[in-house]
Amino acid sequence: MQVLLHPDDRGLFCEAGGFYIDPWKPVERAVISHGHGDHARWGSGAYLAAAPSVPILQRRLGEARIEGVPFGERVRIGEVFVSFHPAGHILGSAQVRVERDGEVWVFSGDYKRAADPTCESFEPVACHTFITEATFALPIYRWDPTAAVAGEVWEWWEANREAGRASVLFCYALGKAQRLLGELARWTDRTVFVHGSVEPLNEVYRQAGAAMLPTRPVAETVRGQPFAGELILAPPSAGGSTWMRRFGPASTAFASGWMRVRGTRRRRGFDRGFAISDHADWPDLLRTIRETGAERVLTTHGYAGSLARYLREQGIAAGTLATPFEGEMED
Amino acid sequence: MKRFATLYEALDRTTSTNEKVAALAAYFVSAPPEDAAWAVWFLTGRRLKRFLPGRLLAAWAMEEAGVPDWLFEESYAGVGDLAETISLILDGRGPAEPAPELPLSRWMEERLLPLRGRPPEEQRPEVTGWWLGLPRWETFVLNKLLTGELRVGVSQTLVERALAQVANAPQPAVAHRLMGTWEPTAAFFQSLLAPGGEEEEDTSRPYPFYLASPLDQPVESLGSPEEWLAEWKWDGIRSQLIRRGGAVHLWSRGEELITGRFPELARTALPLLPDGTVLDGEILAWREGRPLPFSVLQRRIGRKRLTDKVLAEAPAVFMGYDLLELEGRDVRERPLAERRRALEGLLERGRPFLLTSPAIEAAAWDEMARAREEARERDVEGLMLKRLASPYRTGRKKGDWWKWKIEPFTVDAVLIYAQPGHGRRANLLTDYTFAVWSEGELVPIAKAYSGLSDEEILALDGWLRRHTMQKFGPVRSVEPAQVFELAFEGIALSPRHKSGIAVRFPRIARWRTDKTPEQADTLEGIRRLLEGG
Repeated sequence: MQVLLHPDDRGLFCEAGGFYIDPWKPVERAVISHGHGDHARWGSGAYLAAAPSVPILQRRLGEARIEGVPFGERVRIGEVFVSFHPAGHILGSAQVRVERDGEVWVFSGDYKRAADPTCESFEPVACHTFITEATFALPIYRWDPTAAVAGEVWEWWEANREAGRASVLFCYALGKAQRLLGELARWTDRTVFVHGSVEPLNEVYRQAGAAMLPTRPVAETVRGQPFAGELILAPPSAGGSTWMRRFGPASTAFASGWMRVRGTRRRRGFDRGFAISDHADWPDLLRTIRETGAERVLTTHGYAGSLARYLREQGIAAGTLATPFEGEMED
Repeated sequence: MKRFATLYEALDRTTSTNEKVAALAAYFVSAPPEDAAWAVWFLTGRRLKRFLPGRLLAAWAMEEAGVPDWLFEESYAGVGDLAETISLILDGRGPAEPAPELPLSRWMEERLLPLRGRPPEEQRPEVTGWWLGLPRWETFVLNKLLTGELRVGVSQTLVERALAQVANAPQPAVAHRLMGTWEPTAAFFQSLLAPGGEEEEDTSRPYPFYLASPLDQPVESLGSPEEWLAEWKWDGIRSQLIRRGGAVHLWSRGEELITGRFPELARTALPLLPDGTVLDGEILAWREGRPLPFSVLQRRIGRKRLTDKVLAEAPAVFMGYDLLELEGRDVRERPLAERRRALEGLLERGRPFLLTSPAIEAAAWDEMARAREEARERDVEGLMLKRLASPYRTGRKKGDWWKWKIEPFTVDAVLIYAQPGHGRRANLLTDYTFAVWSEGELVPIAKAYSGLSDEEILALDGWLRRHTMQKFGPVRSVEPAQVFELAFEGIALSPRHKSGIAVRFPRIARWRTDKTPEQADTLEGIRRLLEGG
């Protein structure tokens, strides 16, 4: 077996190709799985990513050299072929396939299997070695159907509307916010207010053709704008800030896979928690590993150790890979 | 069950007391009385002995879900609640068709109660069968019932408020009906909801206790000291002594009947007090005019059998505070000054077992403050200030009773072990063990859970994970580098503890980021302080 990818102090290095995948320190050539901050870091010489990811990377990385490749297209870098395959995590998120002399490694990046109206669906890629994320790799993490959870969000919004309260829903600005705006379009066509960090990303999604509820930045409203009955999407960092005061009486909620656990929900002090995640749950992690047909599995971030041990007990060669990726942060 | 589970979920979801009362009231209006009776039983913190040990339930769940035990342990560490962990790993296994709904009372009476005492091999198919037919949240509630751990985040006061609202009766009347022993039956629930007025009395039934609030304002703002009764704040078992129907009953504030634990008090009270008398007071372990440490009193409660040895080691007194019923009449509305005079009269000949908590005389507040400084040498917690003109209220109503405690003892100690907490602290390292120096080694002296802010807990959690030296199951030994100021309500020499001292109510006062571990206190220093004090 050849080792096509191994972590060093700068990132996940492909020696045969002379590039790093999602490097955590500046490198000459970076291959990027998706636009979240723990995977797409600033300061590298050149970036290569799946084409739909490029506008997001441009927003995050500014004046960097960023090149896009359509999903599924093979590019030769040094001695290896590289291609991107949809990971279903956020718009443009990709698994990175690396091939040399018939040996195939796939780095999953972050991924989910549940349907998402705002991004490309995950495609299993056959490989010899599969490097999988393990953010939610415990059997307690199993997502209810997205439509059911989105329905609960909608009922919560409606109940707040009847009670004359604003609904402030905390979620990641990139990915989760747009997914929620897409899911809620089943029930309504109302305009949703958004935090300043969310709106530019909505634009990127709309240009990519995602169907979402209309949005309006909170910053563009006039002083005294009533928010009773409205839905506001904001990143968790905006919670408890003076920014919140303008909404008057409000119910708060957090949309995150961590909300599956009651203790976490209560500790965070939000009125409601909706367990909706852009990461694979336990059954989907196992299903995906099976579908890749991989002989060897390397796990990274989250419950990497648990997943690797479980796989070994199931007779699959598995180990962990130390990376600073964070997956879904609790805040 | 569904209705009760939904109520539980609604209560669990909100932190607003008004919303909780509204959810409770809606439930009490709509639920059948036989179900509502059980709900009141659980909501007021009454428990049934567990039907099954949690570990058996966990073992069955692991096998049902095909989860190895180490993975279950890791899951449990992430959830912090066994009943919930089980419901989460079983999720998604049930049949498409849920089992037909069964009301809470029938769950209790036809399923859970008959489960008791049967061998595990008969219990297992019952329980795993129920799991299959229930959705996740109801499985969680069922597991809580099975393990006897059902606790809902509502205070008794909120339940009383909701019941009073539904019954259209005054809250104190409802509170009184909820005291003492009762069975969760439809008839009981209906009697709870009866309009105000007198009902048939259970002669052992205590009154709701009035609780003091911590003094949160300058003592001078209370007005003239003459309007106040000052007493020592005794640290024992708050209780009511009831002499009715030719018998004596002692109730603890936790509403447990503890008469049998204190035979000398009951024997003295029976001939001394006229029938129809209720006293409020504190049971203390007492010798030569001084209280003994609380741990001594605990022997009276903890030991299975009250041997002569235990009786002699932990001699008890009832320190009377107040008079709630006299000659069968509820006198709680009379001013304290009057109740207190009557109390003194009744207990005049109560020695050596029934005493009146002495009043501390002080003409001015600064004199009172000096008296409070004596608290530690008297082995009391500080002063109680009670308004002489006040009635005996129920619950923790602020304004008439204040506790004015002395500052706690503090010790600088080093954090040496950490483990994850439970409930809302699941997955965070929040249970800490602290040590002080003794002959060049760190000796554990206390465990503490509370006192840090959420931000500090998060920061410390990160630090602990990066500086773990060894893991023993969920417990980590960490580099001895972080110093904390611990505060204790009490600290005493104890031959039974390895460190030689026993602490009471340890909590974290401050994270001493300005101190190095070498600057932490020594055991010898603490001992000297205790012996000297």
